[in-house]
Amino acid sequence: MMILNMLPSVLMIVAPILITAIGGMVSEKSGVVNIALEGLMMIGAMSAAAAHVLVEASGMNHTLSLVLAMVIGTGIGGLFSLLHAVAAINLNADQTISGTGINLLASGVTIFASQILFNADRTKEFRMGMQTDALGFYPTAYIALIVVLLSWFVLYKLPFGMHLRACGEHPGAAESVGINVKRIRYIAVLASGMLAGLAGGCVVLTQTIQYTSNTINGRGFIALAAVSFGRWRPAGVAGAALLFGTAQAFAIIANNIPALRVLPTEVFNILPYVVTLIALVLFSGKNYAPAAAGKPYEKGAS
Amino acid sequence: MKKKDAWIQSDGAVSVLVVLLGFLVGTILVALVGKNPLNMYKAILQALSGYNIDNGKMNVRYIGETLNYSVPFILCGLSMGFANRVGLFNIGGEGQYIMGMTVAQIIALLGPQIPVLHWLLALLGAMLIGAIWGGVVGILKAKYEVSEVVSTIMLNYVALYLSRIICLQLPGATTYRTATYPETALITNAFFQKITKNSLLNNGIFFMILAVMAFWFIMEKTSLGYGMRATGFNKEAARASGIPVVRSISISMAISGIFAGLAGGIIALGSFKYGRVIAGMDNYGFDGIAVALVGNSTALGTTLAGMLFGLLKNAQALMQAKQIPKEITFIIQGLIVIFIALRSALRIYKEYLDKRRLQREVGL
Amino acid sequence: MHEYAIEMRGITKTFPGVIANDKVDLNVKNQEIHALLGENGAGKSTLMSILFGAYSADSGTILINGKEVEIKNPNVATALGIGMVHQHFKLVQNYTVTENIVLGMEPRRGQILDLKKARGEVAALSARYGLAVDPDAKIEDISVSQQQRVEILKTLYRSANIIIFDEPTAVLTPQEIDELIEIIIKLKDEGKTIVLITHKLREIKAVADRCTVLRRGKYIGTVEVADISEGDLAEMMVGRTVRFEIDKPGQEPGDVVLKLENVSVKDHLGLEKVSNLTLDVHSGEIVGIAGVDGNGQSELLGAITGLLPLSGGEIYIDDRPIGNLTIRERIEAGLGYTPEDRQRYGLVADFTIAENAVLKNYYDPRYTGRFGILNNQAMHDEAEALIEQFDIRAGEGSHTKAGSLSGGNQQKVIVAREISLKPKVLIVAQPTRGLDVGAIEYIRKRIIEERSRGQAILLVSFELDEIMNLCDRIATISKGTIVAVNRSDEVTERDIGMMMAGSQAKESV
Repeated sequence: MMILNMLPSVLMIVAPILITAIGGMVSEKSGVVNIALEGLMMIGAMSAAAAHVLVEASGMNHTLSLVLAMVIGTGIGGLFSLLHAVAAINLNADQTISGTGINLLASGVTIFASQILFNADRTKEFRMGMQTDALGFYPTAYIALIVVLLSWFVLYKLPFGMHLRACGEHPGAAESVGINVKRIRYIAVLASGMLAGLAGGCVVLTQTIQYTSNTINGRGFIALAAVSFGRWRPAGVAGAALLFGTAQAFAIIANNIPALRVLPTEVFNILPYVVTLIALVLFSGKNYAPAAAGKPYEKGAS
Repeated sequence: MKKKDAWIQSDGAVSVLVVLLGFLVGTILVALVGKNPLNMYKAILQALSGYNIDNGKMNVRYIGETLNYSVPFILCGLSMGFANRVGLFNIGGEGQYIMGMTVAQIIALLGPQIPVLHWLLALLGAMLIGAIWGGVVGILKAKYEVSEVVSTIMLNYVALYLSRIICLQLPGATTYRTATYPETALITNAFFQKITKNSLLNNGIFFMILAVMAFWFIMEKTSLGYGMRATGFNKEAARASGIPVVRSISISMAISGIFAGLAGGIIALGSFKYGRVIAGMDNYGFDGIAVALVGNSTALGTTLAGMLFGLLKNAQALMQAKQIPKEITFIIQGLIVIFIALRSALRIYKEYLDKRRLQREVGL
Repeated sequence: MHEYAIEMRGITKTFPGVIANDKVDLNVKNQEIHALLGENGAGKSTLMSILFGAYSADSGTILINGKEVEIKNPNVATALGIGMVHQHFKLVQNYTVTENIVLGMEPRRGQILDLKKARGEVAALSARYGLAVDPDAKIEDISVSQQQRVEILKTLYRSANIIIFDEPTAVLTPQEIDELIEIIIKLKDEGKTIVLITHKLREIKAVADRCTVLRRGKYIGTVEVADISEGDLAEMMVGRTVRFEIDKPGQEPGDVVLKLENVSVKDHLGLEKVSNLTLDVHSGEIVGIAGVDGNGQSELLGAITGLLPLSGGEIYIDDRPIGNLTIRERIEAGLGYTPEDRQRYGLVADFTIAENAVLKNYYDPRYTGRFGILNNQAMHDEAEALIEQFDIRAGEGSHTKAGSLSGGNQQKVIVAREISLKPKVLIVAQPTRGLDVGAIEYIRKRIIEERSRGQAILLVSFELDEIMNLCDRIATISKGTIVAVNRSDEVTERDIGMMMAGSQAKESV
């Protein structure tokens, strides 16, 4: 029973990881590895936080302000992901290096922007973030659910999805039947950027009151691990995100179990990362990755 | 090959180009937000030479600080670079650094207070834990195909919290520091302090120089390095030729960890007089990534790149004082890394040049 | 209908470092089977890729049925009725036959995929043209010749009238080749125009009406196939007289050097690919393993070299079991190996010839001194010796990067290295794949020479005539077991072809 009471808190933490992971999955299924998810989440979080606190101050309706903030977070996340798209798709860059570059860039840009906008190395605190509904769930939980279902539908029920998956398995085959591999990969990377940005907004608007350099703290990489652990399928990724998110929520859960309250907080802080590591070791399924993921596609290569 | 083409091929040229591009964009960005980019360069000049353009005064301390800051950058760059040569993307330098720092702190506070032996033991301990923290990643990758990109990030965070847990138990620990070290644990160098007007430049720089030489020697001159380079260039051919690939990868990650762990130890004993209970990451490990990429994972390149980054870091406080957010240096670094990733764009350009030349030959 | 289905005039195409097509002409009549002949690298595939829209020509014109067209991408080619059956199949491994055939043109119900309808359409098409396939099977589960049928159905699904076959017989058994020839003739009878890219003279003689020959990117000529001999075709292809036979002196083999006893091997997915295989190789003889790709050769080689574990049986070199030895230990025990995929397993492209020459023994005291320090000079000296001995063309001698060598010279480096290690048994896999005729002749000559010196050699090849010409004994492999071992002078290609496909064994040894 107590576990069920935990559910809203757990979902609050799971939702952003899941949304980001679905985005990462879509990108990888089209053939582009996007390790910049961490940086894109940071950008989305900072943009959403900044937008919300500024709009809130102007006296706009609270819900509208939140929606606007999320839209901005999503949009700017998408914008930054274009950098990775151009590098990886048009210029055949090493996708790992380009992704790492964006992470570094994001960590700088977010605080830089905070300095410019708020004269501090963090955004200004907003007064009120998202609220839970009657059942105690944040809207982000529903958003995450929709994202999962939508991804499954698009990937497996629409021709576009079939084309996208072909791009990740055998881009040569796709190209030979007239599919524009570059265009589809662009869309996939853009989608992953927007979802990461959206997820970043979810984090900052449900779990804290401002954006700092510690807000995202590795969630983007945990999402990446969830993609691999979930074997690149929507249901699997959802399950993986649930597992990792629960580990992260453990600090909250532990609070309600007297026996565990004596342990220092750091033990719980470590938990999600250790769980992710163990999961990767035990269940690493490189065989399930899209066959052409991470390899730049050169036209005419047989 | 025509001379012009050869120039484009040269990796050193690419690195220089990329750094300049990064600075260019950074300059534009600073201007765009209404600050004076000139201030950024003044700060850099002062950090490099100690000379303050605005008031014409010279302070040698800045030179010492730039050199001192270079040490962890170069070491973390060597860390990432060494693994890179074997084909691994080791972004766990941060965690290896933290563990090295932690162990150095432990030995500094609890170890035998014998001159020289004390800090030597501390640094060796830092190197050892770095080797373990890195070696684990290598084994996971070589035997279980676990992506080192994700496993290193996880271990970074594990290291962070583990360090807190451990350091909070050390003698005299508060929420942010421990008791002061005994004198015998420090690696300060009185001579350096005298000639650089009390900068923090210390004996760590000698270890760094040794590390650079070791990097070059192992990689280029030993059979161990040969096996590693073969693995990095073509893992399957190396394996089919009998080269022990799993061993090469694990050893290279361990050595990679040694460099980063050493960096942590040097910072712990050289830049501070007490242990720290850290709240966040120092980021040298992450910066090491950019250093290695700019330095093209070679000993010399990494050294030069590390010095550049040391210079930038030293300039940060000066920049902040002139109202330029210090994060501009992170932005420049990020851009540099992205531009490096675009190295292949240069190859495409070169192929385009070749094609045009051939077309002319065929008479089009 | 216009007389000519395809007219390509003055096609020129360059890539970095090479002129692939140099003002090439091609005229294909409607409803004829037209062969496009040339060595590896002659430009045949490039020309057809341009026709199919995968590349754009730098200059030249294309007319389809008398009308000038611009083929910017495969979609345009498909709309013009041109279809291509690729050499390396462009099929998504984990999609079904149906999904692959309809990819890009999927039937829909509204916006949603209608794979049920697709399945029906595929079944109907397959029946009409007599190309039997299982619409629901995944590509990774079906045989190579079945996959090829899927490639053909892809073109037919898109109503192709002109079908290009790119080296279609490289991966087929002699029986499957006969079946394919029947299919091609049937397609012609149904009104299709066929272009056949190949370097196999026998097949051209069997099925083609006319043949265009390319050499090093240039157009050499077009001939009526009925009026020309294989020898003359070969001469057009290569530019000089070609000897098909190789001098192989008779020789008594010595003792057994390599022994495979009841060897079983599983691939990395756990499927048994080699079952209870027994074979031996004596010194001074060449034993060939004949078979179609995919019958366990790769796995067998993997088990012998150490890249795959043995799941049953044992392997002996000079009576010493090597099944539990590491790859390095096997090399030290006398195993030499020139891999099929030379760029992936044989060479490190970024290393110099010198560094590649010692890839297997760099730790030997000759090249590594005390404290593990390399002796670069010794490596270069050794490489220079090999370069001279084996006539390797390298711009910067032993300092040349292996990646910049031609295919033939790369293979020479590998062969030179293996021979210089003086192995007890030398295993060569697809030694002449992708090489030009000059290099092919050299490598084969070298192999015979080593045999004369008493070397035990195991040859794995998909080219039946290579096996027939070089080997003393031939072991035919089918579905992971040896069907029979025959002396090469006591068996015909026909017999081996039947055994490859799994029919009755015809023992002679």
